[in-house]
Amino acid sequence: MSGVEGREVDGGALTHPSVTAVQERFSEAILRHEVVAGDEHVIYVTPSRILEILRWLKEDPDHFYNYLSDVTAVDYGGGRPIQVVYQLFSITHRRALRVKAELPLSDLEIDSAVPLWDAANWLEREVYDMFGVVFRDHPDLRRILMPERYAEGHPLRKDFPLRGRFSRAEQTRRALSQEPEDYYIPEEFDSGREPQVVHWQEVGGGTEPSADPRRSARDSKESKDRMDTEPAGGDARQETD
Amino acid sequence: MSKRTVEYEVSRTPELGMDFRAQEGPLMPTDVVEPDFGSENMLINVGPQHPATHGVLRLVLELDGETVVRCIPHIGYLHSSFEKLGEYRDWNQIVPLTDRMDYLAPLIYNCAFVMAVEKMMGVEVTERCKVVRVICMELDRIFSHLLWLGTWAIDVGAFTPFLYAFQERERVYQLHDRYVGARITTSATRIGGMLADLPEGWTDGVREFADTLPRTLDEIDTLLTNNGIHAGRTQGVGEISGEEAINSGFSGPNLRASGVPYDVRKDRPYYDYETYDFDVPIGEHGDCYDRYLVRMEEMRQSCRLLHQALDRLPDGPINVDDPRVILPSKTDCMNDMESMIHHFKLVMEGVKSPPGESYLPIEGSKGELGMYVVSDGGSKPVRWRVRPPSFVNLSVIPKLVEGGLLADVIVVNASLDIVLGEIDR
Repeated sequence: MSGVEGREVDGGALTHPSVTAVQERFSEAILRHEVVAGDEHVIYVTPSRILEILRWLKEDPDHFYNYLSDVTAVDYGGGRPIQVVYQLFSITHRRALRVKAELPLSDLEIDSAVPLWDAANWLEREVYDMFGVVFRDHPDLRRILMPERYAEGHPLRKDFPLRGRFSRAEQTRRALSQEPEDYYIPEEFDSGREPQVVHWQEVGGGTEPSADPRRSARDSKESKDRMDTEPAGGDARQETD
Repeated sequence: MSKRTVEYEVSRTPELGMDFRAQEGPLMPTDVVEPDFGSENMLINVGPQHPATHGVLRLVLELDGETVVRCIPHIGYLHSSFEKLGEYRDWNQIVPLTDRMDYLAPLIYNCAFVMAVEKMMGVEVTERCKVVRVICMELDRIFSHLLWLGTWAIDVGAFTPFLYAFQERERVYQLHDRYVGARITTSATRIGGMLADLPEGWTDGVREFADTLPRTLDEIDTLLTNNGIHAGRTQGVGEISGEEAINSGFSGPNLRASGVPYDVRKDRPYYDYETYDFDVPIGEHGDCYDRYLVRMEEMRQSCRLLHQALDRLPDGPINVDDPRVILPSKTDCMNDMESMIHHFKLVMEGVKSPPGESYLPIEGSKGELGMYVVSDGGSKPVRWRVRPPSFVNLSVIPKLVEGGLLADVIVVNASLDIVLGEIDR
């Protein structure tokens, strides 16, 4: 088989029916085959053909990898390509296969597996969040664990320092300066009624709240800032007592 | 905000049924035309600080009246970057991180992690260790399901089962305490073995627990299983077909409730699970009620497994005889220089793994728990990835609740048995 290297061994328990078949079907797209940890089979595939290969593995009745256990990525650091790892399992045939695609740091894009498995949705979002791998045609590619407007990059990359890129002071400042509506995503604003942003100043009457919740939030923040500079009502009462 | 006054005069005429005198016919006639309140959908937040979200989960729900039109989950409030922290710790130092992920079944996570590392390193643990780990894992499966049972009962409106379940949980806490000295953060495993051999009389405690738990389960059974309110509240709610469940990555009791008999213990056996005699309960409808039934039965099966494991618990060393991973005895350390150096190097440098990788899935209490470890030959991982079962299970929640009622969101969420520590990691 062309392009096969690594710890590929012929015969015995070290062959895998799906690996043999997938190598025959997509000969040049299967870059190599490895057996790790005794009995775990890994195939490395050309990233541009990942969807085609996964679709075949999922739909071919002899293989039928209907269960996508996991999608993750591995960054070895030092400028080496990032591996996107798919853990497949066939509940019907009780067979597992790991598919890897290596993406160079300059081109971190790969087709999304969501058309095949719904399970890929959040798993790919996590890979995007943590490694910055962009999944083409993903229906909802947003950060998932980190905040939506997180500006420090992708935390599980090797070049990301353990404590983050910003200083603790800067991180705190950014966290405190968030507006309430930052916690919503645009789609949530787009349909339905806009969420009410009610601040404690507005509850007691006072100025007429503006119709736009985004503006009212900012206005109330300014009014709060003004209030901070003035002596609070409670203290004044204590003095007169 | 525009002010909008809604005028709706509640008539006290008998035709509207608001007059509570005895009358014939339905209390609320159905032919009353509802006043037009406008067609705006409402956006509400459930969580992140809400007792029924079982942690810091936030669901943004778009409601049309009481019907959920859209559900967008937001997670990450408990993100502790365990996987990143793991890359700065050696293999044994990661064990304490694992039990903080799923603090409802810490021993399962401890075991899963070291099993993956041992597989990558080619370390075969002793027979006694295998059985002890099976006992630990089954004990914590019950431990986790009991918490689920209690909170589930509360979420559907029953309080008593919560107390019963937590009384039983307390006994598992005490077993944890007697074995490892901690109640929740057990950190019981080490690469190549356990932190210590079982204390005197501990197995008797486990056996007594396995003997008496089914009695409590029977009591809860009588309270819930045939309870009309409970059944009416949960049957047909949050249904998902088997095919869809597989496609969505469901695993564990949630998947089996949809009729798919996929159990990692049976389908990808580890630790001789194929030699134990136990049944895998499966549901039929894939609704919340079936998920309840499956978990109830799983606890009974875990009791069976506990009995079998206790019966076959062999004598012998608990730690593998492999100087690469196991510390020399204290006596040796104090008596000869080589053992002292050996001890020093293992503690200071950590266990070293040859380059390689391994993905090992086990059947956790929440579903398929996979540990993916990658080593480049050093004492720290290049990548430590947890395949979080609750994370994938939770990702299905929009599909389960959209089109249902707001009150059912709480029931569906409770039936999925999520733990946010592991979802956010």
